Amino acid sequence: MSTITDPPEGSFRLSMLINDTRYRSMTFQAIAAIVLALSFWYLGNNLIQNLRQAGLNISYSFLGSPAGYDINQSLIEYDSQSSHSRAAIVGILNTLLVAFMACITATVFGVLAGVLRLSKNWLVSKLMAVYVEIFRNIPVLIWIIIIFTIMTAVMPAPRAFRGDDPAASMLFNAFAVTNRGIYIPAPVWGPGSIVVVLTFIASIVGIFFFRRYATKMLFDTGRLLPTFWPSVGLFFIPTILMHFIMGQPVSLDYPVLGGFNFSGGLQLGAPLIALWFALSIYTGAFIAENVRAGIQAVSKGQSEAAGALGLRPGRIMSLVVLPQALRVIIPPLISQYLNITKNSSLAIAVGYADVTATLGGITLNQTGRAIECVLLLMLFYLTISLTISAVMNVYNNSVKLKER
Amino acid sequence: MKTSVFFGALTVAGMAAGMASAATLDDVKARGTLNCGVSTGLVGFASPDANGVWTGFDVGLCRAVAAAVLGDSDAVEFIPTTGKTRFTALASGEIDMLARNTTWTFSRDVDLKFEFVGTNYYDGQGFMAPRELGVSSALELDGATVCIQTGTTTELNLADFFRSNNMSYEPVPIETNAEAQQQYLAGACDVFTTDASGLAATRASFEVPGDHVLLPEIVSKEPLGPLVRHGDSDWGDIVRWTLNALITAEELDVTSANIEELAASPTDNPEINRLLGTEGELGAMLGLDADWAMKAIAAGGNYGELFEKNIGENTPIGLARGLNAQWTEGGLIYSPPFR
Repeated sequence: MSTITDPPEGSFRLSMLINDTRYRSMTFQAIAAIVLALSFWYLGNNLIQNLRQAGLNISYSFLGSPAGYDINQSLIEYDSQSSHSRAAIVGILNTLLVAFMACITATVFGVLAGVLRLSKNWLVSKLMAVYVEIFRNIPVLIWIIIIFTIMTAVMPAPRAFRGDDPAASMLFNAFAVTNRGIYIPAPVWGPGSIVVVLTFIASIVGIFFFRRYATKMLFDTGRLLPTFWPSVGLFFIPTILMHFIMGQPVSLDYPVLGGFNFSGGLQLGAPLIALWFALSIYTGAFIAENVRAGIQAVSKGQSEAAGALGLRPGRIMSLVVLPQALRVIIPPLISQYLNITKNSSLAIAVGYADVTATLGGITLNQTGRAIECVLLLMLFYLTISLTISAVMNVYNNSVKLKER
Repeated sequence: MKTSVFFGALTVAGMAAGMASAATLDDVKARGTLNCGVSTGLVGFASPDANGVWTGFDVGLCRAVAAAVLGDSDAVEFIPTTGKTRFTALASGEIDMLARNTTWTFSRDVDLKFEFVGTNYYDGQGFMAPRELGVSSALELDGATVCIQTGTTTELNLADFFRSNNMSYEPVPIETNAEAQQQYLAGACDVFTTDASGLAATRASFEVPGDHVLLPEIVSKEPLGPLVRHGDSDWGDIVRWTLNALITAEELDVTSANIEELAASPTDNPEINRLLGTEGELGAMLGLDADWAMKAIAAGGNYGELFEKNIGENTPIGLARGLNAQWTEGGLIYSPPFR
């Protein structure tokens, strides 16, 4: 022990940057950082210089000029005289819409398939295994095109609804399933309907508080209140009652066949449905595997202990296994949500007007401002991905193991 | 898609230096092949045949330029471009010229820094509808669902046409012609719109072309022509005058059949002599051989021959000359004189 001497101090030599393990890692990191910065500087400088030589410049002034093209699905007011920036916003909203819808359904598909894949029923578990293996091993673009093609080829065209003896007919005279999309009745908000809507919101809040109360009762007294049927009742009854009390202010606008297409009602476009369904079912297969991994990560002793306490299998899953499994499931789930958002950029394959199709497609093409449009697109996808990550990380922190 | 555009943008950055400094003619000669951007497959204009050999009206122009510059009409690398990638490919120097049913517009010419060297096909946007729909005019299309091949001037013309006629429509923008066709045939859209020549070409590839009608309205002017980058006027001149040589050849009745004979010795017609290089120094002015135009014409024939062979009335495309007849026959095809 006493033979070990203190390291020599004070005499720092330049060669120590390489030879001394205390400094070596820092040296290399500094070199790497400088090289990285230099290469970015080189690329950026090269770009600007070459653009200048070609007589081009980087300018975003095109965003203010009229877009000149129409978009088939728009959540906000838009026509061909709106500006390019408005077209980009329409695209952004469409991207967010399909990504949001697909995240929800993919989670539902994924959790169902993941749980069922662990089922003791041989047929069910094998069916789910087949689903997972088929869907996650074929590229999502192919699924989008397959589903869209099937939709357009199998569903009747609007003109099949015409004539005295039409080849296709509407469901209940209210729903029309065509190869251009599904037409459903749209609510028309008459005077007084605000009361009905407020009642509905109030009953949702009521359900939330009722469930909180039921949980509290369970923890305080051990009494288990029924929650499912009261929730269902709260959801429907007050709103329907209020609707009749107010004299039926909310009416429905049914789709009617007129001219080339159905008019009236709400239209869920075929591109949206195909993209939504394809993204959900494809990503659902990945989420199923995450869920399965999460469940299997919970030790068997947990469910055996819960069973010994007399819990039913459904409650074991929802009260004991899934809450613990969530810790394993959520981190990979975040990346699946990011995948959905990014994969939604394949929308142009089926003519869905997402941001890649408007800003990165038609706008880019009409204005020729490729670099500007692509930079904006990168910025958008980066922002939205980081936001999703941040939100999901907050959720992850709330369910992860609390270390006290 | 996104990445390809991005890489395209990077390529602009990476290759623009080479493009601005070196002359395209020298590059092409050094490379030994001409990189010609064409469409991804539009029968009659540019599509590979059963043996993978590119043929078509636009392809003919590429081959003529290659013959004029390199003396070999097969020394062409055909680079298929979509409506979206074509301008990036040209701006970045990936292709030396673009011959891809590209409409000559102000902003493309001025803002995108390209140079349209001429018009090889005067076109206009039309509509195709199934015969059973019973539509006889585009003005009856209020409320229709319209399939569009995206990335073209078509979207803008369509929006303008419906707006000025106070009609509504639902656009279905589709990336490629093939997918748009499939949507149209499945009835997911009522009408299909693109340039009238493209419609004729598309209809010709249908199983029963007679079930579909082309509506009489032509809603836009679409002068289609080859283009090159700004900044290399010498190269632009070569492409421009190769096209003009093909047009002049038709006007002067110089065909691929009689060109050997006419070029063998000076004829009575001085313009033919100047065109074919038996008189004057026109080739040297371009930096090419004296017989450049002769080789260009011999490659696939003159303008009229190319038209008849690829898209004329005896082909499945079946386009009449119409506006694309020589000026002497009431059309718009007109070449400045060779002198």
